[in-house]
Amino acid sequence: MSRPEDTLPPDLFYNDSESRKYTTSSRIQKIQSDMTHRALELLDLKSPSLILDVGCGSGLSGEILSASDEEGTPGGPHIWIGFDISSSMLGVALEKEVEGDLFLADAGQGVPFRAGTFDAAISISAIQWLCNAESSEESPAGRLSRFFNGLYASLRRGGRAVCQFYPKNDEQKKMISAAAVKAGFGAGLLEDDPGTKSAKTYLVLTVGGGELDGDITGVVKGMEGVDVLDQRRKVKDRRRPEDRKGSKAWIIKKKEQMERKGKVVKATSKYTGRKRRIAF
Amino acid sequence: MKLLTLNFLTCAIKTCKSSPSSFPLHPRDAELEIVEADLNLKFLENILPRLMWDELRVVVDELGLPTLPPTIPTRADLVAPSSPTSSSSSSDPAPSQTARDLHRILIETCVREGKLVCGNCGHEYAVKEGVANFLLPAHLV
Ligand SMILES: C[S@@+](CC[C@H](N)C(=O)[O-])C[C@H]1O[C@@H](n2cnc3c(N)ncnc32)[C@H](O)[C@@H]1O
Ligand SMILES: [Zn+2]
Repeated sequence: MSRPEDTLPPDLFYNDSESRKYTTSSRIQKIQSDMTHRALELLDLKSPSLILDVGCGSGLSGEILSASDEEGTPGGPHIWIGFDISSSMLGVALEKEVEGDLFLADAGQGVPFRAGTFDAAISISAIQWLCNAESSEESPAGRLSRFFNGLYASLRRGGRAVCQFYPKNDEQKKMISAAAVKAGFGAGLLEDDPGTKSAKTYLVLTVGGGELDGDITGVVKGMEGVDVLDQRRKVKDRRRPEDRKGSKAWIIKKKEQMERKGKVVKATSKYTGRKRRIAF
Repeated sequence: MKLLTLNFLTCAIKTCKSSPSSFPLHPRDAELEIVEADLNLKFLENILPRLMWDELRVVVDELGLPTLPPTIPTRADLVAPSSPTSSSSSSDPAPSQTARDLHRILIETCVREGKLVCGNCGHEYAVKEGVANFLLPAHLV
């Protein structure tokens, strides 16, 4: 089956009939709802928050964000603002009278909010579209960078974002993650049911500072962070064991070097230097 | 679009990012509506320190709504003084009149139709059925 991203630009693909078909499919409703709950789990919100929903579509996630803690939305009810590039999708959201504010915008053009607006951001099944830019005058890299820079600025210190997306391949997964890291985020990838047909990829992003623990590994065990470790290995190593490449002591030293160079590195934690399942 | 959202939205045009006059966007020919919603005291307490109060007052004036007080309320102002007779001291605090007023302005008062205009570049963002159009022509991105 071909990916919709490879057929048409999103605003044309999600036309009136596709938007309706999408929103009324009980199969899709179930999948999007499960992923929204997973994202909320990763966001770990404790009280009613201001949330941005990127590529909110017809508001399937929004309806969950508006629900109360008792109804199963951690920290809810939240107030959310969603944007999407498809006016048909937003039209369906209007018909459903969702509680969040909606606006028409292209994530590849940025995020038009003042600095520190949101406690958190969520994006479900949308950002892979940013990699298809053949119809616009810009490169996917330019659009990804504008999006992540804007998202980073719009989140408050200590804020988090979770973007579930469908990477076309490993290269795309890396391109998206790298763009987030470049914008300043602490970033990690989480994969549910890897290698199966229902595999789901979540990019978990943190903004340093604030009272929240900005360390991704504090969010989920078994998740890979983004400190750029030297990939060259197997060099005969005569140094003391604790200085060996990849050891915790080595990583910490490397991080200090990177930090001095002004690079964003993840906070050191008890998971630092441990083997993890997922890497990018 | 809630007035809350207007207190955070800025002009999307690149060259306006660094200009203070690109915030707030100014409503023009605005048609307002009240959309009732449950009061969320914890949310109001959370968002209060992030509001730009002077800019909210400007927008409220431009919309011809009753003028807001010159200073922003405090968190304590949002909670009604607990009555000494109330036995349920463990229950959640009740919202004060200030909280109800703030809820009315920020959450329930919405721009349904009209335009949002950037004070720096003059770009007009159309609002239809409460949805603002922030799509930019490529040369302005
Ligand atoms: C699979 S739908 C998901 C919608 C919604 N998040 C959900 O979970 O139901 C993908 C959405 O991403 C939106 N989208 C694609 N590219 C976008 C862009 N550049 N900016 C904003 N939205 C975009 C599409 O219009 C579509 O509504
Ligand atoms: Zn402007």
